[in-house]
Amino acid sequence: MSKDLSKLMPKCWNQDSKPHLFCPGCGHGITLKQLGYAIDELKIEDKLTLGIDIGCSLLVWNFFKFDTIQTHHGRTTPTMVGYKIAKPNRIALAYMGDGGGYAIGLQSLLHAAFRNNPITVILVNNENYAMTGGQMAPTTENKVITSTSPNGKQIEFGPGFKGPELVKNIANKNAFITRTSVSQPEVLKSMIKKALINQIEDEAFSFIEVLSICPTNWKTNAAESFKRLSEMEKYYPLGEIK
Amino acid sequence: MANSSKIISGNEAAVLAAIDAGAEIMYGYPITPATEILEGWVEASQNDKSLKYLQTEDETSAGFAVIGSIVAGVKAFTASAGPGHILLQDPISMAENLRLPFVTIIMQRGGPSTGTVNFSQQEVNLASFGGNGDGLRVVYSASSVEEMYELVIQAFNTAWKYRFPTFVLGDGYLGKMRTAVKLSKPIKNITSKAILKEEKTPTYLRNCYSSEESFGKVLAKNIYDWKINKDKIVESESYLVTDATEIIIAHGIVAAAAKEAVHIMRSENKKVGLFRPITVNPLDTRKLRQILPKVKIAHIFESSLSQFSRIIKYEAYGLNTPIIEHPKPAEGITSEEIINQMERM
Repeated sequence: MSKDLSKLMPKCWNQDSKPHLFCPGCGHGITLKQLGYAIDELKIEDKLTLGIDIGCSLLVWNFFKFDTIQTHHGRTTPTMVGYKIAKPNRIALAYMGDGGGYAIGLQSLLHAAFRNNPITVILVNNENYAMTGGQMAPTTENKVITSTSPNGKQIEFGPGFKGPELVKNIANKNAFITRTSVSQPEVLKSMIKKALINQIEDEAFSFIEVLSICPTNWKTNAAESFKRLSEMEKYYPLGEIK
Repeated sequence: MANSSKIISGNEAAVLAAIDAGAEIMYGYPITPATEILEGWVEASQNDKSLKYLQTEDETSAGFAVIGSIVAGVKAFTASAGPGHILLQDPISMAENLRLPFVTIIMQRGGPSTGTVNFSQQEVNLASFGGNGDGLRVVYSASSVEEMYELVIQAFNTAWKYRFPTFVLGDGYLGKMRTAVKLSKPIKNITSKAILKEEKTPTYLRNCYSSEESFGKVLAKNIYDWKINKDKIVESESYLVTDATEIIIAHGIVAAAAKEAVHIMRSENKKVGLFRPITVNPLDTRKLRQILPKVKIAHIFESSLSQFSRIIKYEAYGLNTPIIEHPKPAEGITSEEIINQMERM
């Protein structure tokens, strides 16, 4: 790795684990870069502990230069809730995909928001179970073809799952909830900062859904990926929800 | 709490022991017959502000919150039963892989499914070999309220010393039964240290590996640690076995009935003894294999079909002493029943 390239990375990234193992064009890379810059700018690298989910998120296990624990599918939220209760002065960050947060781990996500556990949850929504090869997720929109919705997702499997809108209904008044997108990296970074500050200063729950791209499982090139992302942004409105 | 005489239940004993062992946080979900452990801990936390708790949305979350607190360096634990114990296998499998000192108190109830909320010894398999691993878990089985207190303290120390998930098994009778006890704290507590150390060089905890070989190395180390330490971990009681021609093998509260049966049969000049594993996993195999060849017959009594018998028979492999199973799944066993069944042989 050349020195020049290292200068393009956030300081809190673990350079030894780069290049990272995500697929070419994956939205996780964009999200994690903005997360890195947010952490750098807030100067909280030595105050933060990261919990990560199963699925593509697990590739983050050695991504940063701070303590990281990889948990089981959907279990990152309760793990970081337990961490924060034990260590109230640390910043607890949970990182997961849409399957982990909205399917198998939804119960824990809702109750953490309901109790207002002061942790920050970043959920990357790429509308599919990517690590297992692109199965239908709660977030998959109607008519979208996946390996478990070969004729397009039928309405009997539900429409695309709007997580932040759901969480908003039961979250504490001090919670910060937003949806952002890898199409707007600067906004993404500022939302992550706001969510972390909400944990640090208001000791409140915060939740960011990041609309993301999955060229491998979507079978799209770069232009097609961002075109589909812009369609997603019509169904999943961006901006602060609470 | 140590060295005081009082009338308490097994569940209350578990709470006192967890406090005396230095536990600071309990995560749990109400379930009969273990609910009083959560309630007792919450009650204790009203007066002692150093004790924290969270009643979670389910047992899975309770278990993962325990993991979150443990890696932060705080002694945390949970308690459950039956269907809740099934959900706990998810976090406990992770703890087994990461060698986390995860303490669980299980008050066994009848299964499968919701079964009864009272009693069984049918969670031996789940505690010992549950999860998608090879069963590197320490499992104690308490046979009295006093022993529940001692073993819960012991469990915290074993978990933190050897870094294997550690269970204490009781049951509905033991949990709810109130008896006069004199509690004595057996050992000094081991201090908890943070596993995520917040150092310049980060700690990465992962339980997912990309190759069989890299994971095989992790497992080989864990299995090696298990093998070299299990003789230090095992505990058992051998009662009146020296001159015995017949022995009963039992654990938990069934062993309490068996001990009474031994007393009665001894008063009738029958040379009967009792071998009681206090750890059902790992088993005190050395002691078992010392005793078995000296007796004519061994009787296993348990309140499950053969969960305990399978462990005993595996460890006794190759010895010629006949071992007779007396299973009574999910039902209690009295001393009279034990005597009747042995006399019928």
